Amino acid sequence: MSSESRTADGAVRDRMAGVEPAAGVAKPDPILKASGVRRSFGGLTAVDVGHLEVQRGTITALIGPNGAGKSTLFNLLTGFDRVDAGEWSFEGRRLNGLGGHRVARQGMVRTFQLTKALTRLTVLDNMLLAAPGQSGEGFVGSLLRPRWRHQEEANRERAMELLARFKLDAKRDDLAGSLSGGQRKLLEMARSLMVNPSMVMLDEPMAGVNPALVQSLLGHITSLRDEGMTVLFVEHDMDVIMGISDWIVVLAQGSVIAEGRPEDIRSNQEVVDAYLGAHHDEPGASAPGSGEEA
Amino acid sequence: MDILTISLETAIGPIAAVYVLAAIGLNMHFGYTGLLNFGQVGFMLVGAYGVGVGVGTFGLSLWVAVALSIACAAVLALLLGIPTLRLRADYLAITTIAVAEAARLLYRAEFARPLTGGVYGRQSLAAGFYEANPIPPGDYGVGDFDFSANQLWLMLVTWSLVGLALLLTAALMHSPWGRVIKGIREDEDAVRSLGKDVFVYKTQSLVLGGVLGGLAGAMLAINQQNITPDQFMPQVTFYLWAMLLLGGAARTFGPVLGPMLLWFLLTAFDESLRQLVAAGALPFIDGSDIGALRHAFVGLALVVLIVYRPQGLIGDRKEMLVNVK
Repeated sequence: MSSESRTADGAVRDRMAGVEPAAGVAKPDPILKASGVRRSFGGLTAVDVGHLEVQRGTITALIGPNGAGKSTLFNLLTGFDRVDAGEWSFEGRRLNGLGGHRVARQGMVRTFQLTKALTRLTVLDNMLLAAPGQSGEGFVGSLLRPRWRHQEEANRERAMELLARFKLDAKRDDLAGSLSGGQRKLLEMARSLMVNPSMVMLDEPMAGVNPALVQSLLGHITSLRDEGMTVLFVEHDMDVIMGISDWIVVLAQGSVIAEGRPEDIRSNQEVVDAYLGAHHDEPGASAPGSGEEA
Repeated sequence: MDILTISLETAIGPIAAVYVLAAIGLNMHFGYTGLLNFGQVGFMLVGAYGVGVGVGTFGLSLWVAVALSIACAAVLALLLGIPTLRLRADYLAITTIAVAEAARLLYRAEFARPLTGGVYGRQSLAAGFYEANPIPPGDYGVGDFDFSANQLWLMLVTWSLVGLALLLTAALMHSPWGRVIKGIREDEDAVRSLGKDVFVYKTQSLVLGGVLGGLAGAMLAINQQNITPDQFMPQVTFYLWAMLLLGGAARTFGPVLGPMLLWFLLTAFDESLRQLVAAGALPFIDGSDIGALRHAFVGLALVVLIVYRPQGLIGDRKEMLVNVK
């Protein structure tokens, strides 16, 4: 597997050295910690996570069958939904009760499963909007143009660098709504970087993207990690997940049922059960370790 | 020629300017921020009654009364916005239309009569305004156009307010503040995920547009010199919407062009019909039917607009064609 060859670079794998592949296990240097996070909709418990830590500087994948609560957990952690119980912290600061915009300002920026390009703004404006701490952003401050002009210029430069990195610089003056689905994903990722996050949360970054672009998105995600950023992402494509993840967290029916490196997860009986149903009985099934418990 | 002159006079007259001012406020709400305000007339009502109650009931100076109008509009915006702006867009729409109509009923109620004059409203409100008129008395005009000194003074002040409102909105919309506002119109969750406090921005926009509506109401009170609650019916809001969409939303001059053009067309329509009726050319129409036909005409104009030019006269077709969301 490609992950084996990448382990040669060592640095990343070392971060997880000695961590037991078990649900809720403590990490050596967690950037995000959550415990007892619970959310139910009516009688249905969508998320009930006992304990979860995300290691700094790694790519962590959040996987699970449909309806496992991945997106709900994302929404809870990023302040887009309210928890019923539990607490979580980012870089040691409690995030309970903070709204989505304040979580983003702490340095944890998310993207969305259904891409949210600001369609009737230009690509460049999409980028500029995301720059943090703009003095022209206040109602009164906006009228004092000389005071924000220089900052705007600096932001514009940084935006163009990011756009160039994501190969969108030629599109700077196009409306974001005129971009293709894949380009919108790229724009959304570039835009989230404009906030200067220490952690990005990507909700299905590969959904609906053509295979050629998937490779380029993967490249971008690993390079974010190599620059020291922490990436947590939700994805369904198993090749993608096994290929780039340093650590995988498996969610089923709202709870973390397993954690580990890709090779641990691939051979984990509970994970296979969660995906295929606990009582599958296919004689000679190709899924690893299946068939005994039927 | 006569019809043309009257129509043009209406298009540049003080009433058109009042509608322009209110439409600029609505453009801030809907055109830029995407707020569905179906109660702009409510802001005009509290603005007009700032002057009506300030001057008519308490005998304040007109300028203090106008400040009262602005304060009332700002308070109304906060009352509307604080409970609804955290919710989905439709809640604001429902609330504004209901509150605007409830406010009209409240202001005309019998128990409010000592303050607002009830159904009779307030009279003689503009003496202070015309005392301040620096233009020497007399008639002014070019060709067939003819305005009195007082009319000219009123137009000068109202259109100056329009100019200031345009400068303010243009400056705001070409700043990072305006970028966030337009971002909220496109997708407020995306803007929130980038660290912007969407609620604060929406509230600021609602207050600014509401205050412009309130100023429009104050100028309306000054223009008419008296006000009654029943001139603030819900259809005023829908005229404003028609005007804004006709001119082109999210454009600086859209809310200027729309009201001027619609007032021109309405007056031309009314006058033509009236003259035809007077000449006996339309025996099946009575003079009193013209008002009803006018509504039908506005409806027809809107249908034609939506079919042939959905982005409005000076709207951006490119923006319109982008698949929104």
